[in-house]
Amino acid sequence: MNKIAVIIKREYVTRVRKKSFIIMTILAPVLMAAIIILPTLLMMNQDGDFKKIAVVEDNSDLFKGVIKNTKDAEFVYLENTRVEDLQKTFEKAGYYGILYISPELINIPNAVQLISKQQPPIGLLQHIENSLKKEIERQKLLAYKIENLDEIMKNIETNVSVQTKKIDETGAVKGTSTGIAMVLAYALGFLMYMLVFIFGAQVMRGVIEEKTSRVVEVIISSVKPVQLMMGKIIGIALVGLTQFLIWIFLTMAIVTILKTTILQKSNLHEITQSVPQSLMSSDQQAALTAQTGTMSPELAEFSKMFDNAMNQPWGLIIICFIFYFITGYLLYASVFAAIGSAVDNETETQQFMLPVTIPIIFALMVAMGTMQNPESSLSFWCSMIPLTSPIVMMARIPFGVPYWQIAVSMVLMMVTFVGFVWMAAKVYRTGILMYGKKTSWKEIWKWLRYSG
Amino acid sequence: MSLFEAKNVTKQYGDQLALDKVSISVPEQCIYGLLGPNGAGKTTLIRIINQITGPDSGELFLNGKKLMPEDVQHIGYLPEERGLYKKMKVGEQALYFARLKGLSKAEAMKRLKYWFKKLDIIEWWGKKIEELSKGMAQKVQFVTTVLHEPKLLIFDEPFTGFDPLNTNIIKNEILYLRERGATIIFSTHNMESVEELCDNITLIDKAKTILEGSVHEIRSRWAANEYDLVFDGDVKIEGNGHFNILNQQKEKNISVIRLKTTSSITTNDILQTVMKSGNLVSFNPAMPSMNEIFIRVIESRG
Repeated sequence: MNKIAVIIKREYVTRVRKKSFIIMTILAPVLMAAIIILPTLLMMNQDGDFKKIAVVEDNSDLFKGVIKNTKDAEFVYLENTRVEDLQKTFEKAGYYGILYISPELINIPNAVQLISKQQPPIGLLQHIENSLKKEIERQKLLAYKIENLDEIMKNIETNVSVQTKKIDETGAVKGTSTGIAMVLAYALGFLMYMLVFIFGAQVMRGVIEEKTSRVVEVIISSVKPVQLMMGKIIGIALVGLTQFLIWIFLTMAIVTILKTTILQKSNLHEITQSVPQSLMSSDQQAALTAQTGTMSPELAEFSKMFDNAMNQPWGLIIICFIFYFITGYLLYASVFAAIGSAVDNETETQQFMLPVTIPIIFALMVAMGTMQNPESSLSFWCSMIPLTSPIVMMARIPFGVPYWQIAVSMVLMMVTFVGFVWMAAKVYRTGILMYGKKTSWKEIWKWLRYSG
Repeated sequence: MSLFEAKNVTKQYGDQLALDKVSISVPEQCIYGLLGPNGAGKTTLIRIINQITGPDSGELFLNGKKLMPEDVQHIGYLPEERGLYKKMKVGEQALYFARLKGLSKAEAMKRLKYWFKKLDIIEWWGKKIEELSKGMAQKVQFVTTVLHEPKLLIFDEPFTGFDPLNTNIIKNEILYLRERGATIIFSTHNMESVEELCDNITLIDKAKTILEGSVHEIRSRWAANEYDLVFDGDVKIEGNGHFNILNQQKEKNISVIRLKTTSSITTNDILQTVMKSGNLVSFNPAMPSMNEIFIRVIESRG
């Protein structure tokens, strides 16, 4: 109806023009981009930060030449040097740190120390640990006097990476990635939670504002209370969607710009390693996929992940997300509107907020658990119950959900949402005109039974 | 013919009866006073007329036809508790309310410009409500109430918050609107403005109608047999078998006396009697103020 459109427009325009909205809309993507880009930048900086490490042993040379140099670090084996002396001078001599290996290391796994002024990077530690571990294993094997041990060792060296495949109803086998499903489940569940909660609470604040400033009485002499309530709820939903679309778009844009300007200097191989795969443009992806035959293992890994991401049921995810967003948001926002109408100011909302917050938080927790175990019966039931299903079902979908379950969940959702909006409208209609006395649950129950 | 009619309207909130078979009939182009002590049920009746809430029983008619939801565009309502969005700009806000009443954007703009100029508030167009004084905001709200040129206007305490100058401006605007064909329901505790503006009134107390009719007729009815006399200088009159003296007062160089007749004596007879006492300056039938009537009626009910 025309009047609802006028209300929606006002709710939308006044919010979108607010300074806080503009600042949040611009700032959040900058932060997001920083979170994505920073690790890459840090990794690049480490490349330039070359480390020289002195390796010292106590009167033995069991581990001489065991730790190979890497592009970040050089390991210099110092013979006939005492750690105590070196500790005072290593910095002046140009060393980043001292790796002190005790001959007892073969028997005592932690008899090795890395002494440095700064916290050493994890990559460096892993490199040292792996090298030493292999050498110790080799030396232990040596004790068994096996012939051609070095050759055998080379032969048996293997890296294992589990390839997961899923068979769908038609029997076609698709490559999947539990990692991507988990990320997706998390992102979808959390996005739903944010939309429902943050913007639902905005609806409540809007209602309280209208009630305390007494605007509401003027407005509902022009439109029906239900029209005002729905106009507000829809207007704020559009604000939320606008903000999320801008966030996604801006984050992508900033990341792309930074990537092309900053990272171009280093060679392409490293870029593809360090930039998260999801942020590469589709052109690059296509190019990578085309070269799968000849490309390096890292690139092959990325192209595989890309294929897996594309194998997600995107059509279903998008349809379900839109459905659950609309119904879930409407359900909670109408409850929030009813709460806002029943109180005189925001501090009074506490007693009514708890019963609303609990199912949302609970749903988010179940959604997190769903990432670990998508088939659990708790996840199943919570994806059916309308108060939790928008969040939990979205977290389940990337792992595959039978269609009948989605259908049942959606039907339950629709029935409940209509019921909630109807009840909320009744409470709202009475609540917005009640001033002065503190509202109790009993009072709200009475309002539900009032006639027109 | 009456423009608006309410018949036997009853409304109950829980155990509390807010309106008990209240009927009012508002003639066209009339300024109709809705009076009553606090909590009498006036606001409930006004809300029912505005269709903000529905009555439990009873019927409402606008122009002889049953009141319908679409009729809100023929009604303008200025609530007692004024409400505007504090953070919204004056012009935008006025436009928003006009659009909610069903005016097109162009038409609303045209009328807003006219009214803003008329009330000399055009320079506030781009200001936020929170920057305005209370009286200024009231003027804006008045404009939003009358902008869609409703047939029926409902003003709940329209003069609170205005200085005498602005009160006068708004009073004249109300009279002007009536001249242009609007019918006005006017709720107030300010009895002077009732005497000045209202043609008819209804007095509601404890959910019931207790007094109804034209202001003139009610005042004359309550005035029954009382007269005000003014003499030059210091004059005293004694009561006789035909009248009692209710009140004698000396003010500067005149004396003001109120008497009440006790028999069917004519005014000529009274004059003949009292003229002997001194130089009579004026002689009037005493009209009790609406204020007196209001207090007497409510107090007599306990």
